Amino acid sequence: MRFAVIQFPGSNCDMDTVRAIREVTGAEADLVWHARKDLSDYGAIFLPGGFSYGDYLRPGAIARFAEAMDGVRRAAEDGRLVIGICNGFQILLEAGLLPGAMRHNDHLQFRCEIVPVRVERADTPFTSGYEPGQVIRLPIAHGEGNYYADDGTLEALERRGQVVFRYAGENPNGSRNAVAGIVNEAGNVLGMMPHPERAVHRWLGSEDGRALFVSMWRAGRERQLV
Amino acid sequence: MYTARVYVTLKASVLDPQGRAVERALHALGYGEVRGVRVGKVIDVTVEAPDAGAARRRVEEMGRRLLANPVMETFEIESVKPASGAAVEG
Repeated sequence: MRFAVIQFPGSNCDMDTVRAIREVTGAEADLVWHARKDLSDYGAIFLPGGFSYGDYLRPGAIARFAEAMDGVRRAAEDGRLVIGICNGFQILLEAGLLPGAMRHNDHLQFRCEIVPVRVERADTPFTSGYEPGQVIRLPIAHGEGNYYADDGTLEALERRGQVVFRYAGENPNGSRNAVAGIVNEAGNVLGMMPHPERAVHRWLGSEDGRALFVSMWRAGRERQLV
Repeated sequence: MYTARVYVTLKASVLDPQGRAVERALHALGYGEVRGVRVGKVIDVTVEAPDAGAARRRVEEMGRRLLANPVMETFEIESVKPASGAAVEG
């Protein structure tokens, strides 16, 4: 399976993500410019962290109209894997591929630290390498990770088990229900604020992100994604 | 040409961290009477349009599609005026 990492103007975790994919899975990972519409070659697509378009207006608000988002939408529809990390999560929310929106952190600070995160679901293509309920350590680095969804949406997310990652210690941004990552109803689109690509070697402070890449690689092969 | 002034604010039901911080700062400055602060955005959009009504309709569409995120924000077009420097027509 081939991985794509979409590069927007202002992405800054794109190379980390490419390296993490290659080093952990040995699979091919291409950096794909945001103006490319056709992403049918790829079984898994990453929207990396950063500050696409300077976060102007709202994080992700402008990136969601990029040509590549057509290809991302198509991949989401036909069951290929789509994952948005940090700014990528914000883009997926703005694009309506995941429900909810992101507010400024409740304390208005930019938080950059390693935090404990609980894996609520280990039966998704992104998390099969973890144990259900396992608490892992992942870095966060964001000023706008304060997840918001109205009561009805939040209740539906919880009922369907769409909350995949939840902050296990102090809630670092005020997100509702301590949400750190959610999947869509079909389970093939994940958005998360923590950075698994920054946690793939012990010398990075944690290697707890590796299992996410392994899970995706395995799911891609099992499902015979391109 | 017309300039539309668009106000974007967080919905009343959505907690506004910036507004809360400003409220606390105002209290600290001695403005104990402050009972609420909401921080929003003002966006001025200048458009080519045959008349003010047409300009407003287009800007409303822009508001729905991009300027505001309907999940947590609402927007209002406060005014549509002939753009400064442009000839005033009919």
